[in-house]
Parts: sequence; C-alpha cells; structure tokens
Amino acid sequence: MNGPLHIVNATPYASGALESCLAHLSEGAALLLIEDGVYAALADGNFAERLAEGIRGHALYALAPDLAARGLATRRLIDGLRVIDYPDFVQLAAEHSTAQSWF
Amino acid sequence: MTPKSFLFVNRKAPQGSAHAAEMLDAALIAASFDQHVHLAFLDDGVFQLVGGQRPELLGQRDLGTAFSELGEYDIDHIWVERDSLSERGLSEADLTIPVTLVDRAALAALMARIDVVISA
Repeated sequence: MNGPLHIVNATPYASGALESCLAHLSEGAALLLIEDGVYAALADGNFAERLAEGIRGHALYALAPDLAARGLATRRLIDGLRVIDYPDFVQLAAEHSTAQSWF
Repeated sequence: MTPKSFLFVNRKAPQGSAHAAEMLDAALIAASFDQHVHLAFLDDGVFQLVGGQRPELLGQRDLGTAFSELGEYDIDHIWVERDSLSERGLSEADLTIPVTLVDRAALAALMARIDVVISA
C-alpha cells in the first residue's frame, strides 16, 4: 500500500494549501492537483520551482478536465507531471492508504 | 444624473468560485446604465482572461464569450497587471481579449481616482 494521496484544489498564489501540503509529504505520498490547484503546474509560473523541489521523490498528478477547463491543457506544464482522468483518480484513491484534501 | 466611474477589481480565478461570473454581471449592469466602467485584473484574476478555456467540461458558464463582447457594452478600459501575469508564467499573448498592461503603481493610481470600486 502506498502512503497518503494528498489532494490540493487551491492556487498557490492565493492560498498556502499547496505550500503546507509540500511540507507534509511523507515517504510514498503522492500529490494530485485538482480544480484551481492545477494552476500550480504552469511551468513558467513563479511557484513551479518550489513545486519541482517539493515533489522530488513523489508522484505528481493533475486532473485533465480541470486543466482543459482552465485553458492549460496545451500550455507548458511542470516536468514529471502525470495528467490523469476521473477513473485514474478513483484508482489512485484506492491505491493509497488515505486521501487527504488541502484547500 | 451624471455618470460615475466604476472600477471592478478582479482577483479570483474564473472557475473555483462564482466571484468572476458575478463581477462580470455587475460590470455589464453598470455599463448598461451608462456608467463609465473599468475592469482590472490582478493576482489570480488574470487567469480569467486566459485563452482556450473550456469551462463547459465542468458544466460551468463560459465567461470568454462575454469578455469578447465587452466592447458592445462600451467597456473598453480593461487593465491587466503586468506583474501578476509574469508571476504566473503568462504573457499578453496568452490572453483572449485586447487589454492594457499596467504596473502596480498605475493600478494603484487608478484605484485612487475612480468614483466607485467593487472588488472580489
């Protein structure tokens, strides 16, 4: 069983949720960006470096429909990001010990 | 009645809450009463103007269509804070409508000279 699945739904520019989440990643934990959380994945954004550093050694996912809805699907996103769909979300939740929301 | 100048200060991303849609409606109403309407986009508000959005995927309203029709409401003062764009890895080319880029000081000056400020 993997560690916790952390789910962030707020932009890192308006909320401290992602920053705090990154500070609480344990071994085997994964991070999923949903809703406004997907804005953190913009490769040229000011938060990209912090996210790349904080996610090292962990899996990073973003929900495809939330990226597409915000016009980000075709933009340059952070390296190593895995874009997933709703069924993958369910699968991820099942594969991790817990699912924890940060908002 | 003499028209007043209105500034709508948009600071929220378009989909996470109803703020963006409500502000746009309020701005259109003010304009339809022949007020002088200014729209400012700063902080996460700049995400409202990003091109290629598909809010229908989430069952949400497409604000892009309304933004593209602002001219028909005689709303042609659309200010976007340059620093907010660049902090988010965006540039003017990423935006769906023509805007005027301004720095923080210029936006502060605008806020100081306007009659009515509405912010969300």
